[in-house]
Amino acid sequence: MTYRNDPYDPKQAAMLAQDALDDAVAEAEKAFAGASDLDALAALRPSHLGDKAPVALARREIGSLPPAAKAEAGKRVNEARRRIEGAFAARQEDLRAERARRMLAEERVDVTLPWDRRPRGARHPLTTLMERIEDLFVGMGYEVAEGPEVELEWYNFDALNMAPDHPARTMMDTFFVAAAEVGAGESGLVLRTHTSPVQARTMLTREPPIYVVCPGRVYRTDELDATHTPVFHQVEGLVVDRGITMAHLKGTLDHFARQMFGADARTRWRPSYFPFTEPSAEFDLWFPQHRDGPRWVEWGGCGMVNPRVLRACGVDPDEYSGFAFGMGIERTLMFRHGVADMRDMVEGDVRFSRAFGMEV
Amino acid sequence: MRVPVSWLREFVAAPTDPATLEPALVRVGLEVEEITDLASTVTGPLVVGRVVRITELTGFKKPIRHCLVEVGEAEPRSIVCGATNFAEGDLVVVALPGAVLPGGFAIASRKTYGQLSDGMICSGRELGISEDHAGILVLPAGPRPGEDARPRVGLDDVVVELNITPDRGYCFSVRGIARELAHSLGLPFTDPASRYAPAVATERPAYPLRVEDTVGCDRYYGRLVRGTDPLAPSPEWMRRRLTQAGVRAISLAVDITNYVMLELGQPMHAFDAGALRGEVVVRRARPGERLTTLDGQERALDPGDLVIADDSGVISLAAIMGGRTTEVSDATTDVLFEAAHWDPATVARAARRHRLPSEASKRFERGVDPVLPPIAAARAVALLVEYGGGEATPEVLDIDHRRPAATITLEESLPARRAGVPYPPERVVALLAEVGCAVAPAGDRLEVTPPTWRPDLTDPADLVEEVVRLDGYDRVPSLLPLAPAGRGLTRQQRRRRTVGRALAEAGYTEALNYPFVGPADLAALGLPADDPRRAVLRLVNPISEQEPALRTSLLPPLLATLRRNVGRGQREVALFELGAVFRPRPGVTGVPPRMGVEERPTPAQLATAEGFVPEQPWHAAVVLAGDVEPAGWWGGGRPAGWADAVEAARTVLAAAGIAAGRVEVAAAEYAPWHPGRCAEIRVDGRAVGHAGELHPAVCASAELPRRTCAMELDLDAVPLAEVVAAPAISAFPPALIDVALVVGAEVPAASVQRALASGAGDLLEAVRLFDVYAGAQVGEGRKSLAYKLTFRAPDRTLTVEEAVAARDAAVAEAARAVGACLRG
Repeated sequence: MTYRNDPYDPKQAAMLAQDALDDAVAEAEKAFAGASDLDALAALRPSHLGDKAPVALARREIGSLPPAAKAEAGKRVNEARRRIEGAFAARQEDLRAERARRMLAEERVDVTLPWDRRPRGARHPLTTLMERIEDLFVGMGYEVAEGPEVELEWYNFDALNMAPDHPARTMMDTFFVAAAEVGAGESGLVLRTHTSPVQARTMLTREPPIYVVCPGRVYRTDELDATHTPVFHQVEGLVVDRGITMAHLKGTLDHFARQMFGADARTRWRPSYFPFTEPSAEFDLWFPQHRDGPRWVEWGGCGMVNPRVLRACGVDPDEYSGFAFGMGIERTLMFRHGVADMRDMVEGDVRFSRAFGMEV
Repeated sequence: MRVPVSWLREFVAAPTDPATLEPALVRVGLEVEEITDLASTVTGPLVVGRVVRITELTGFKKPIRHCLVEVGEAEPRSIVCGATNFAEGDLVVVALPGAVLPGGFAIASRKTYGQLSDGMICSGRELGISEDHAGILVLPAGPRPGEDARPRVGLDDVVVELNITPDRGYCFSVRGIARELAHSLGLPFTDPASRYAPAVATERPAYPLRVEDTVGCDRYYGRLVRGTDPLAPSPEWMRRRLTQAGVRAISLAVDITNYVMLELGQPMHAFDAGALRGEVVVRRARPGERLTTLDGQERALDPGDLVIADDSGVISLAAIMGGRTTEVSDATTDVLFEAAHWDPATVARAARRHRLPSEASKRFERGVDPVLPPIAAARAVALLVEYGGGEATPEVLDIDHRRPAATITLEESLPARRAGVPYPPERVVALLAEVGCAVAPAGDRLEVTPPTWRPDLTDPADLVEEVVRLDGYDRVPSLLPLAPAGRGLTRQQRRRRTVGRALAEAGYTEALNYPFVGPADLAALGLPADDPRRAVLRLVNPISEQEPALRTSLLPPLLATLRRNVGRGQREVALFELGAVFRPRPGVTGVPPRMGVEERPTPAQLATAEGFVPEQPWHAAVVLAGDVEPAGWWGGGRPAGWADAVEAARTVLAAAGIAAGRVEVAAAEYAPWHPGRCAEIRVDGRAVGHAGELHPAVCASAELPRRTCAMELDLDAVPLAEVVAAPAISAFPPALIDVALVVGAEVPAASVQRALASGAGDLLEAVRLFDVYAGAQVGEGRKSLAYKLTFRAPDRTLTVEEAVAARDAAVAEAARAVGACLRG
């Protein structure tokens, strides 16, 4: 007996009709569009893409078709399924994007709320200013030299051409350190009155050429007031080399002035006297940023190293010459930043240093 | 030095306009302190008046006059006056209503003593031109009533105040300043010294006198004037100039010595010749001798002092101040003028010894022209005879041991080589001649003899300065020298910067405190009696007697700054300081060796001297009080605690490049910290500082906020950072295992962690304590420490077995070392 492989059932084969497939796709698209969130969308998936979904049932009917119709029907069913899956994915993408948008909106905060839970500290502007000056000179090849604050009188005075009876010595308002034993007389030690003893120490420990800056703390017996302090800071420069002239000193000061105060800054000299330099000058700075308009301000002292100082430090004045210059850091900070009262730099009020932060 | 311009103008045509005068002075190195236009010190109508009628008013406690004074108006003015030294017909100075005298004294019409007073008849003091208040100013005949009175009393003058540098002793005189102004402006100069003829020594001296110490006194010159009127007043012009120069007028003879000193620069002394006893001797003081100087002070003399003595003993502290017994008085008729020349160093030492910087010593220690004594004496004698009468005796005393002036050999090219300006040789010669040098060319060198008034010119460099200064400092070009390649900052210098920045980033604000401390500060810290920080260096002349010593710890000044900030309403304060502390060298006695300056001291001398320099290591310290994390909208704040101070120490050490593994923290008892909350900080096992909460008693006695915390490290004791060997970074995943260990409550967490780390072996990457618990569950006297251990291998993913084995080894070592057991 012969059997037909699959009995043809026109009622069942109707599921493969193009209209039926289109309806299934339209129904699915409508349902997905109505899903309000990803969970609702996920719940719709079985009825439109699951085993019992119209496209799944239609696929099952393909086997009952005559062999000639199978390929064409398969193609149509697959096409319908692809459309439904595309609709699902598109809706899913939309809903995800919407969820992300909603989440970002919900997470909005007031970013202007203050968050000063770990207050920042600050460096003292005198320290920062000294470092700035050091860096400038280090960049030019200088080195930073240091010496002790409690210093031998010989370095502070004698070696700098200030013999014990020199009038300049008494003008220095020196703090003297007491001898260890009571009644033992002088200790030979002072609180250094300037950074210049570092010049002597440097020349005694190095061979020329010498290019150094010496920043540091110095002491004079002035009472603290708006313009004086017994403890203050200086930066000093010393160059000892062959053929050094006052023109080199001028060039160095002018360069320094320009780096600190801009291209218009420059220096001028007034003849003056320091025992350790000859010729000597005080120098003024053309200060373009002065709040009352550009003007000359007194800045520091300078000169050619006195050959007597070179000799005391073992440098042959016939072979070498040198220049030195120095200025008060407090004074520089005062005019550069408009500090009105010396006491602000001394008292350690945190509000003062914090205004400068980490850079000057 | 104060000087009226009218005085300078006797010798140089100086400008009176301050805008021209000031730069002219500054250009040659005279620092201008102030220029005062006296005309501006009295504003409004100040006129010459003629006293027409005087009516003595009676019935008052003092004599009062009602005057009618003609002031160039239709009617004379009615003025009441309390002075009586004038007569009808005299010319006087009248301040009319609307005038304002020095000190803001405004003149107005008013009723007084029952009369209208429509102006004021002025004294010299009221006009600020002299100290004279005894009577009103009576003008010499000449001016007409109603003219401006200012030019008649010197109120049209300008007074200059200068700071004279120590090398310019000759500028403590009108002569010196006028000369410099002439240099500056290229004007002719009349030397006042050229106006008076010096008298040469006579066989018989003006007074018998002997100089024992001819080094200390290389010239002693004297002239005698007999029969002067002891009560003769100084002329008005002289008193006015002295006042303008800031010198008090005293008596004719004394005023003359001061006037001559100001004019020529030669300090002088006037002896009452009648008070001198026997021969006068210039010598060094003898032990035990005493002298009452003109300022009324009795002084014990030092054998180093040069004195002038007669048979009665010492009568003058030479070159500094005269004595009481021989000063000129209102009975002196015979005056002996002394004009001498003294050794600068001797004068400087004596002035310092007696703390007596007088007008005379100021000039002598800077050097006075030794040519001046006969000239100054001639000027003084002439003035005294003119205004005091009497007769100058012909005898002249001149004991002269001056040495010939030394010459300086100057290479002709030296000024050009030092300045970097190509001065032609003839320019060098001309400029040196301009300052008064005698210049003799010798090949390419110049033999230069400085003028007698410039004892400061001793070296070729001094002559270079004269050349550059007179040619103009503004002619020196600007040329940048090329330095050789440098080494950059040293490691110590870099470290200090990094540490400072790290502390600032960690919330601390830098303070730069005075390093002065006192016994009260050290007592407030509760330091034991034998604490090395009590061994302080003391100052001979501290600013404050309360703080006579130098800090041995950064804390006392830093805590004072904390207190100041709190006192100003700052509730949260975190401060740091980096700076030197000062430690006397134990066992060092005596004084450093005397070292010369003619040549380099020997290495041995330098090394010995260096042994006297105290140790001055750099320390780093922080102090903090209040909340380190403030309260805010997020919730409550976190108060500063001991742990923040310890963390600050770790911050410093990390910034200094010390790996955390080399840092050890151990409990310590060390003042001024709380004995139960003090950590000793060690690097490689060596203590470098302390951190923690301060002792409550210290907070109380130093008036600090409760629970103030502090840290101090000896930065110089911290080894310099080593070159870091790079770690091998494993890309394999870590194995994380938590363990909770129960140990005795007294066991330091650091010991437990150390034991875990050493037991765990190489696989351990990190160990972190995340919980500390003490309570009933772990039993009395015990605590539980919970750690998270991170294991990782460089070359593979660890198996569970490997990680557990390492964990077990770690726990076993903790059990062995500190008796730890796993919390069940």
